[in-house]
Amino acid sequence: MGKTLSEKILSQKAGRNVSAGEIIVVDVDYMFAHDASGPLTLEQLKTMGMQKPAYPDKTIIIIDHAVPSPNKTISNNQYQLRKWAKETGSRFFEAGEGICHQVLAEDYASPGQIILGTDSHTVTAGALTAFGTGMGATDIAVAIGLGKTWLRVPETIRIKLEGNLPNGVYSKDAILTFIGKLSMEGATYKALEFTGSTISDMRMDERLTLSNMVVEAGAKVGLISSDETTKKYLESRGRGELFQKITPDKNAEYTETLEFDASKIEPIIAFPDTVDNIKTVSDAAGTEIHEVFIGSCTNGRIQDLRIAAKILKGKKVHQNTKLIVTPASRETLLLAVQDGTLQTLIKSGATITPPGCGVCFGALGGVPADGERTLTTTNRNFKGRTGNPLAGTYLASPATAAVTAIHGEISDPREVLQI
Amino acid sequence: MKGKVWKFGDSISTDHISPGRYFHLRTNLPELTKHTLEDAREEYAANVKLGDIVVAGRNFGMGSSREHAAIMIKMSGASAVVAKSFARIFYRNAINVGLPAIICNTDKIADEDQLSIDLELGKLIDETKGFELNFTPIPKAMMKILSEGGLVPYIKKYGDLKL
Repeated sequence: MGKTLSEKILSQKAGRNVSAGEIIVVDVDYMFAHDASGPLTLEQLKTMGMQKPAYPDKTIIIIDHAVPSPNKTISNNQYQLRKWAKETGSRFFEAGEGICHQVLAEDYASPGQIILGTDSHTVTAGALTAFGTGMGATDIAVAIGLGKTWLRVPETIRIKLEGNLPNGVYSKDAILTFIGKLSMEGATYKALEFTGSTISDMRMDERLTLSNMVVEAGAKVGLISSDETTKKYLESRGRGELFQKITPDKNAEYTETLEFDASKIEPIIAFPDTVDNIKTVSDAAGTEIHEVFIGSCTNGRIQDLRIAAKILKGKKVHQNTKLIVTPASRETLLLAVQDGTLQTLIKSGATITPPGCGVCFGALGGVPADGERTLTTTNRNFKGRTGNPLAGTYLASPATAAVTAIHGEISDPREVLQI
Repeated sequence: MKGKVWKFGDSISTDHISPGRYFHLRTNLPELTKHTLEDAREEYAANVKLGDIVVAGRNFGMGSSREHAAIMIKMSGASAVVAKSFARIFYRNAINVGLPAIICNTDKIADEDQLSIDLELGKLIDETKGFELNFTPIPKAMMKILSEGGLVPYIKKYGDLKL
């Protein structure tokens, strides 16, 4: 029997042939905890009597959820994480270095690895053909303490995307289209595997957006075969030697294959309060928006900021709307400073916040007023997600977000990207 | 276990259960627990009684990996969560913290019904309505963790993953 990407990676790690449905115990390449779940992770480690990580060089602590810390409780928690990382010789990323998934993609993830984090969007690493998945604090504590975890080898749904995405349509619109089709639980316990000419043609940043959101359909992992793009990306990040080509077997077994024609995909908006509640921008146009947020592990990369800047150049954010921009990492921020992207965004009226997760999960910054509508480039729009259960969250691509910021209402990016 | 039902609908996310805006309370679990399920049913946390059972529709616990969501439900006093289906990470977290997560058709179970659940037999009885349901057993590997009271006591006992 042929193997899916999940089965390939997990067989390699298990050292034997494994297939969907099996429970395996495997070594973990990187495990990380951030400041939202890190304190609980350390407490569980302590309760289990595990004084230090099995592999400090594979253990990563990242401060990204509250950047910079807004109060002494959070500062004290972050202090404890910093202290523990130092004492145990674990890898540590200070507040401002970036969102964990972006940092992992930039400097750690590579094909064939198993990456676990105390965050559901750890699936982002799947774009680099790493089996990245999110777990709770206790599971991560065990992974840190033992250097391994248990996994059920998932069944796989294959998503085939062929052709060219039209101008003004992005991988964000594609993944929202897929989730709309699958529903929020359509891939629960399963892996998603992306294939087809559109995926092969995508840059790494576009692929990261796809893999990032698979958890919104319930998936455990969202994998893309490694190829020339993966190789070049790793080389550009100074870890070309970690490249290995991993592709699924031709006779791999999938529970389902969904096929999409890229040329038919339109700019999409996910309406409150679920990610699968999608409408085309054409159908949603005119909905008044009070705040636009461009950022997050989904769409806060330099290419996302550049698209926004291209649209906002010489324009002003609408008087009834606020625009907040959060680069996904320090490196993104620096690139955006160097190439003038930030200058363009700031001139248009954007407020820039430091790399982090705060605005996306409603804990720090950008909390909307009662009855307000926020349009964001993030991944979730559940009730209360942006910090106020009486406000609504709409999800879209950075291009849709930028053009919406100009008009103060949901607008179609294709109108400004014609040329 | 026996208890009164708190009924919820479909797609209860971890944001409903443990809103991100209480992030700063995550190292103060008793205080955080006062906000359990706040964005789904505001009255839950103040009124839930020890042993009560959370019953919901599809995809319970979708979204974030925050284990606090499962811990809060447990600390609030609930003895189990029963739903038509669970999001993957929440399910794993619930078992890890020793909170039974039971999958069955919950359509006929109403708010305030009295339920009794037998985990070993895989049987749920709605004493108010007088019907009985068999539920999908918790996978064997996870039952080993649950029967030790969660992953922390499991590791303390075995010192390793021996599933």
